[in-house]
Amino acid sequence: MTAIEVQGLEREFKGGVKAVQGIDLAVGEGEIYAFLGPNGAGKTTTVRMLTTLLRPTGGRALVAGHDVAKEAAAVRRQIGVALQEAALDPLMSGHELMRLQATLHGLPRAEGRRRADALVERVGLGYAKDRRVGTYSGGMRRRLDLGMALVHEPRVLFLDEPTTGLDPSSRAAIWDEVRRLNDEGTTVFLTTQYLEEADQLADRVGIIDDGRMAIEGTPAALKAQVGQPHLDVCLTDGANDHAEGVLARFGEVRPGIEGVHFQVTLAGGAGDIAPVVRALDEAGLAVAQLNLVNPTLDDVFLAETGRHLEGDQDTGEVAALSLESG
Amino acid sequence: MRAELRAIGALGARSIRNTFRYPRYLGPILIFPTLFLAVNTGGAGGAIDLPGFPEVHGFLDFQLAAGILQASLLAAVMGGTGLALDIELGFTDRLLAAPIRRPTIVLGRLAATFALGMFAAIWFLAIGFAFGAIVKGGVLGVIFVILFGGLTATAFGGIASAIALKSGTASVVQGMFPLVFVILFVSSAFFPAELMQEPSQTIAHYNPVSLVATGIRGPVVSGLRASDTLDGLLGLAIIGGLGFVLSAWGLRARLRAS
Repeated sequence: MTAIEVQGLEREFKGGVKAVQGIDLAVGEGEIYAFLGPNGAGKTTTVRMLTTLLRPTGGRALVAGHDVAKEAAAVRRQIGVALQEAALDPLMSGHELMRLQATLHGLPRAEGRRRADALVERVGLGYAKDRRVGTYSGGMRRRLDLGMALVHEPRVLFLDEPTTGLDPSSRAAIWDEVRRLNDEGTTVFLTTQYLEEADQLADRVGIIDDGRMAIEGTPAALKAQVGQPHLDVCLTDGANDHAEGVLARFGEVRPGIEGVHFQVTLAGGAGDIAPVVRALDEAGLAVAQLNLVNPTLDDVFLAETGRHLEGDQDTGEVAALSLESG
Repeated sequence: MRAELRAIGALGARSIRNTFRYPRYLGPILIFPTLFLAVNTGGAGGAIDLPGFPEVHGFLDFQLAAGILQASLLAAVMGGTGLALDIELGFTDRLLAAPIRRPTIVLGRLAATFALGMFAAIWFLAIGFAFGAIVKGGVLGVIFVILFGGLTATAFGGIASAIALKSGTASVVQGMFPLVFVILFVSSAFFPAELMQEPSQTIAHYNPVSLVATGIRGPVVSGLRASDTLDGLLGLAIIGGLGFVLSAWGLRARLRAS
């Protein structure tokens, strides 16, 4: 069953600025879908349309089976939303905000209180539930925001850049919670500019650029489209004329700087690392550094658009293996 | 409907709580009008001896309406400021993403403004009683004055909300602050219109705030009179009607712009 179905979705702002230009996508029930793209690509505009905060100027979108333009109230009953820059009232306590959210979703008072109690504990804020939100750290605010989005047990959860600006441990805590929610059956649609986030969490990724969908698929399939992993080899001695010949046995070789640095595409993937090391050793070539570099979603983006994703601060070029010798 | 009323109540309670938690919200509502009342009563008390000044028990009795009006108008401005801050913070988006009717967001804010208007009226009545003022309308008169305080704040709150919704900026709403005093000075809130010079006298004659002032002042200085109450309600209807139309327009503009 489809949780989100989007056909030709468009949004044009005053002055003719087209933020979203005909997006098509479908998200299955129980899926985690990551919407990846650089700043200004149209991610937030798309989420705002899917959450009924912004009216589309073209196309159609169904969320939980309801049209976002014609049945906005029905959509809002089925979704949870945690928007960018967790918009929380700094004068209220975490628990008060949870209870307010429960009331806004029509939960009876006792039920709202029960869920607020459970959710503040679930997102790890039980110890700070009576403190004013103004005293919370960025990570605590995001966790509270996430908890508030869950108070009415939504079918579809929208997270707009849920970890932007967070430290690694806070980011990991949000990821764990998203995975847990998804395990419980909640469909998650998240936007992110972090490659690692999309890679770690998403069942499928849609990459958006300039308001258009550039490419869509599972992270593994997208990366496979870009190519095989390659090995960065750095030798200790310069001018090794025969190093290129040794490495060429394993795949296409791109010679690097001054005869010491080479890149070889591994046709056999990571399984070729040991044979490469043995072959270099047998040829009397000493290895200074060896890095296995897997294709990243940034490579996918680069291949599709000719540009790198901006704003990514992660170790996007995932180094699965790094060996160094004297 | 019941769910909407609960939502209005919850949003109103939030606004009231925040007003009391943040002195910068509450201070202007009570401090400025109280100072004005003290200065006016102390410095211009002899005005009651002027020819044409209505028969009153004391100048403080006459000035209570001015204090209540001023505090109610400032409560409206602070309510609008709070709404604009919610827009600036993005909190309004959270409310818009909830399954409540859009006007509920504004009505919640206005419910709080109504309560704060009543609170301001109680504050000034308490000051009045402490310094020897009497309410000729008795207990019912006190209730009328308190209700008028709440309704005045709500009526002006509609206009402040409209400005908040249209601008989405707290500083723009706070820009209304000096305007509050101008509106009051060209009404019969502080002095009888008959004692004003032209063109203030004519402006005060047509200013609906003068009607509201009559509605609040009547139970204090003259007792309960239908004509005063009707004048007050007419003034509130004019201001409230304008506020309703403007805030509906502001809400529509905000939803289109979001």
